[in-house]
Amino acid sequence: MAIKIALAGNPNCGKTTLFNDLTGSTQFVGNWPGVTVEKKEGRLKGHKDVIIQDLPGIYSLSPYSPEEVVSRTYLVEEKPDVILDIVDGSNIERNLYLTTQLLEIGIPVVVAVNMMDVVKKTGTTIDLKALGREIGCEVVPISALHGENTRNAVEKCLAVAEEQKSRDPRVPHVYSGPVEHALAHIEESIQDKVEPESVHWYAIKVFERDKLILEKLKLDSATQAHIEEHIKDCEKELDDDAESIITNARYEYIQRIVSKMVHKKGSKQNLTVSDKIDRVVTNRILALPIFAVIMWAIYYVSVTTIGRIVTDWTNDVLFGTYISGWASAGLEAIGAAPWVEGLVVDGIIGGVGTVLGFVPQMILIFLFLSILEDSGYMARVAFIMDRLFRHFGLSGKSFIPMLIGTGCGVPAIMASRTIENEKDRRMTIMLATYLPCSAKMEIIAMMAITFFSGNAWFAPIMFFMGLAIIVLAGIALKKVGYFAGEPAPFVMELPAYHVPTVKGVLIHVWERAKAFIIKAGSIIFPITVVLWFLMHFGPSMHILEDSEMEQSFIYYIGNALAWIFKPLGFGTWQGAVASVSAELAKEQAVSTLGMLAHASSDAEEVVSAAISNLFGGSALVGLSFTLFNIFDAPCLVAIATAFREQGDRKWGWITFGFQMAVGYGIALVVYQLGSFFTGGGFNVGTLVGFLLVAFVVWAVVRPAPKKTASGETAAAVA
Amino acid sequence: MTLKDIPVAGTGKVTKIHGSDKLKRRIMDMGITKGTDIYVRKVAPLGDPMEVTVRGFELSLRKDEAVNIDVEPV
Repeated sequence: MAIKIALAGNPNCGKTTLFNDLTGSTQFVGNWPGVTVEKKEGRLKGHKDVIIQDLPGIYSLSPYSPEEVVSRTYLVEEKPDVILDIVDGSNIERNLYLTTQLLEIGIPVVVAVNMMDVVKKTGTTIDLKALGREIGCEVVPISALHGENTRNAVEKCLAVAEEQKSRDPRVPHVYSGPVEHALAHIEESIQDKVEPESVHWYAIKVFERDKLILEKLKLDSATQAHIEEHIKDCEKELDDDAESIITNARYEYIQRIVSKMVHKKGSKQNLTVSDKIDRVVTNRILALPIFAVIMWAIYYVSVTTIGRIVTDWTNDVLFGTYISGWASAGLEAIGAAPWVEGLVVDGIIGGVGTVLGFVPQMILIFLFLSILEDSGYMARVAFIMDRLFRHFGLSGKSFIPMLIGTGCGVPAIMASRTIENEKDRRMTIMLATYLPCSAKMEIIAMMAITFFSGNAWFAPIMFFMGLAIIVLAGIALKKVGYFAGEPAPFVMELPAYHVPTVKGVLIHVWERAKAFIIKAGSIIFPITVVLWFLMHFGPSMHILEDSEMEQSFIYYIGNALAWIFKPLGFGTWQGAVASVSAELAKEQAVSTLGMLAHASSDAEEVVSAAISNLFGGSALVGLSFTLFNIFDAPCLVAIATAFREQGDRKWGWITFGFQMAVGYGIALVVYQLGSFFTGGGFNVGTLVGFLLVAFVVWAVVRPAPKKTASGETAAAVA
Repeated sequence: MTLKDIPVAGTGKVTKIHGSDKLKRRIMDMGITKGTDIYVRKVAPLGDPMEVTVRGFELSLRKDEAVNIDVEPV
């Protein structure tokens, strides 16, 4: 029978390093059911029948965060054979706090004290034998970073699992008399509802009035009243609320044992290297300039220079020239029909190329992000930027996705993964693509030339409009449904700085790139094939040239969709088709328009004149078209990425719907009010335009509605 | 007096913690419990949040959250 080891520990305790060390390349990454918390599983190297389940990094088993809820639900309901609890020896007090909770679950625990090398360097000694005796389980010193003694820790786990003994849950004497008294009464009342080995854990949760557990146990009102009486007595006696009594007792217990078993040498005054780095990096004056330089460097390398070059090369040379050239030559050699060649070369290779073209750029960005995260700087980014971002419901860490978004929305959305809080992350994904990316810049540039005589202010104005959308939408969304309510506590650890390991960073990069390729590929591939077909075939069912689009299915579809764009001023089939093709890749909007306007060459002036002609020479229509196509949903690859990162379909559609509404609303307001103020007369459209403006003003300035207590818990469970 | 009132490089001893269940639990889970010493290390460049040392590690929290922690100066 397979043995399951659950890996538990605080964030930054070295758990991921240990997990990578133990499982190597056999990892399986998914999501915990119902939440966007990453779930990682792997098999122990050399032991196919030993499964290692990595739990999220957590500080506690409270009911308030999705990470903690999935962890405790897993431990209590799926009952792994043994818990391997990783404790950061250099931060032992807070790390043992989680240990005290794990010990209560009733599953055997093996404690691995990590970073023993760091502990030794500071001259501190920990009496691990005494610690093991006190908490009643095996304690093994390890160094996950150097792979020291990790095997030994796992073997201890296997030995414990073999014995199959459930531990005596009452070995550590954590709680005082009144608490134990109340717990005993609770245990008596609930013992027929839960398994005997977890009764102690459930009793403590009931004592803490843990909503999720109370809902699960469904105690009758008499029992509940009886229990409540005991809790109240205890609260009165100890002059504190039940939850605080338990937390205090745990920390007091830890202080008692730590004072006996941990001996620190040297004075507190000694600054560690980490302290010295932190003094400079988050210095009041230097912090922002240093931050700006780091961000600029990342942006410069991954977006403007190397990333851009590699991505362009992949798209234009590798896929555009070589692979499609070889495919064409190969297909011609075997005498394939022209439509097969078109489908394979333009449809499939073109589509797959678009997805893969992003990969090198993303790898670079992930490389930098992983280094920032693993070194501990990412937490400081949140620290430095928090003040600015929290007013619009975003996290300090949202800055990075937004910045990357000016290069490309796809890695921007992926970068939102570094945001732990689900609300902040969801909103960041929704808003990360509002600063125009490099592809959207092509639309902006062409429209500036066509309708605004190349005005140098046009692009910056679009950029600032994007910024304004992010700020206003953030403020408005913060008051709505899921996003409303108390902001997530920002009580956040600032981990010690350390040099990231090459292996850790590479595994990180690989996991994220792989996830992107699989998900984006599986969505993009069929859609590009279908769109290619619609553009190149019509009712006549023979392949059409690019210039014959009036005979294609897309012409009919464009006509059918044209009414949607009427209120925006470009309600023609060409406007509709150009907007649809912009969804494939934003820069396509311009070339499609040129093609549909029958521009006789690719030259800028010719295309520009043709587009101007198509829009009746109206700068307002040109502006409306630009606004819609840069502020609606991003391109297909980015949409697919957003669906993936939002973690469930509902949120994918919410994101898409929100973005479409924003783009459409802005274009409508600008076109309708623009027509009105330039003497176009008042009509229904004008009214709708004014109403929309009024709605936005209301959504932004209205006071935040009072939060409902149930909404809060629902968010934690959902 | 609350943690917010402790100046940089000052230390406070926790006497009581207020706030919603969620916030209070989070603060306490991170080791800020009755009787703990909190050393205020610095304030972020934009004036908020603050960085404190508690139980030997660094913690960042917003001033809005710090007002929920009653302290007495040490």
